[in-house]
Amino acid sequence: MTYSLWIIITGVLVGITCGMTGALLVLRKMSMLADAISHTVLLGIVGAFLVTHSLNGVPMLVGAATVGILTALMVQLLDSSGVQSDAAIGVVFTSLFALGVVLISFIGDSVHLDVEHALMGEIAFVPWDTWTWNGVNLGPTAVWLLGFVFILNLTIILLFYKEFKISTFDPQLAISIGVPVVAIHYVLMSMVSFSTVASFDSVGAILVVAMLIVPGATSYLLTDSFGGMIALSALIGALSSLLGYTFALFVDVSISGAMATATGLLFTLAFFLSPKHGMLAKWYRRKQMQKQQLNA
Amino acid sequence: MKAIEIQNLAVTYERQPVLENVNFTIPEGTLTGIIGPNGAGKSTLIKSILHLIPRLSGDIVVYGKPYKKQRNLIGYVPQRSEVDWDFPTNALDVVLMGRYGHIGWIRRPNKKEIQFAYECLEKVGMKEFANRQISQLSGGQQQRVFLARALAQDAQIYFMDEPFAGVDAATEKAIMKLLQEWREQGKTVLVVHHDLQTVKDYFDHCLLLNKTPVDYGPTESVFTLDNLERTYGGAISFLGNSPILTQGG
Repeated sequence: MTYSLWIIITGVLVGITCGMTGALLVLRKMSMLADAISHTVLLGIVGAFLVTHSLNGVPMLVGAATVGILTALMVQLLDSSGVQSDAAIGVVFTSLFALGVVLISFIGDSVHLDVEHALMGEIAFVPWDTWTWNGVNLGPTAVWLLGFVFILNLTIILLFYKEFKISTFDPQLAISIGVPVVAIHYVLMSMVSFSTVASFDSVGAILVVAMLIVPGATSYLLTDSFGGMIALSALIGALSSLLGYTFALFVDVSISGAMATATGLLFTLAFFLSPKHGMLAKWYRRKQMQKQQLNA
Repeated sequence: MKAIEIQNLAVTYERQPVLENVNFTIPEGTLTGIIGPNGAGKSTLIKSILHLIPRLSGDIVVYGKPYKKQRNLIGYVPQRSEVDWDFPTNALDVVLMGRYGHIGWIRRPNKKEIQFAYECLEKVGMKEFANRQISQLSGGQQQRVFLARALAQDAQIYFMDEPFAGVDAATEKAIMKLLQEWREQGKTVLVVHHDLQTVKDYFDHCLLLNKTPVDYGPTESVFTLDNLERTYGGAISFLGNSPILTQGG
């Protein structure tokens, strides 16, 4: 397979995986917690490396999920003991991330892991880091990791679709009928951590937030069903990657930067043009009502 | 038959006691109004019984067994303002959520469940709104959807948190009709209620609450001026036969 096709596949997988997971975050009003987790997982990745001395997929996922859940737990703990909730996120986010930055300095130059890479990612390098098994080249490791996380998250959403829906819409009813709302919260936090780690290599910690939140916020403006919102968010994520890649190719700019910019562009379009919730439609309906008032 | 027994229930928020010394037993087939001033712990009482908030102490026994073993006998209608009505879903879907406790994990609602949800909507006069986005419903219609969801839960004991708040007169009537039907079927209903003037017409039992139960029993013997003064701290007077609050609530 060609070099650019691998980049497209990687980008689309990032868009779909982050898009569908992010839709749940947007509905649960947890976008900022996702922002925190996308940064603190750096500590998980560095920790996993210091223990196993490799940037292998599985330990990285475990490390990231551990720190992701730790982030959510610590925010919850500070929040419930009287710290303002936005300050709680700010404190946990920066302390754990800073610890990751400090620890990363202990890792030598021989390993491809540094702060800039972690923050910005470089999708253009993805096709060169391939997985070879018994002398056979199986393609980029990032694609395998992303594919695995995509299937994992999709399976979790499909299996616990009802439980996600009720615990998001009416957590009190959910608890009263015995749905483990707290456990579902931490499952989602793990899914966010997994998505972040898998997307780390290609788009980095900052732009992964765009991929997690913006497609969900966009599809919220466009659809009226829970399942529809998750599916559409995945689609918008994928579309953003394709648009961003094409743009970057023609203008020769950062691919991941262009992908994230594309999410913002699609959001802006939906914000103004969405048939139901867009500014233009709202303005038009208002005008129509004013007309009716005048004629009455 | 005892539907619910509450023994020694207490709830604190930080160090402030919100509820203390709560002991009462609700007989099966009764319609109880939970009455008390703002901050008396009415919603807290319901939430602590349903295990939605942590208790400092207290046992909740439902038909002779601990609450956790009897979940499928319980139906709950939260305050309408406690959920996000901009959530992307329609009326039918909200009603179907009432079936989730019966459907169990992983499985999806089947045709029979969906049919049942339609019937519940029909019963509250909302069938033609089944596919309506919930944000497009009026306050009264939203409350009816919650009522249909409670019907879908097919419970023996219902807890309702201010179902009459901000609804139109027709919806208020529809709610009362349903509550009376439930009582005739031998179901037990507990309702957090604000409007003192309708208490005598609506409820056969009353729980007067101000951090601790002031009195519980049949409305005619419990809903007295003396008891109301003890519950509301004197800010009460009678207009004709109906008590009214003279200052705040």
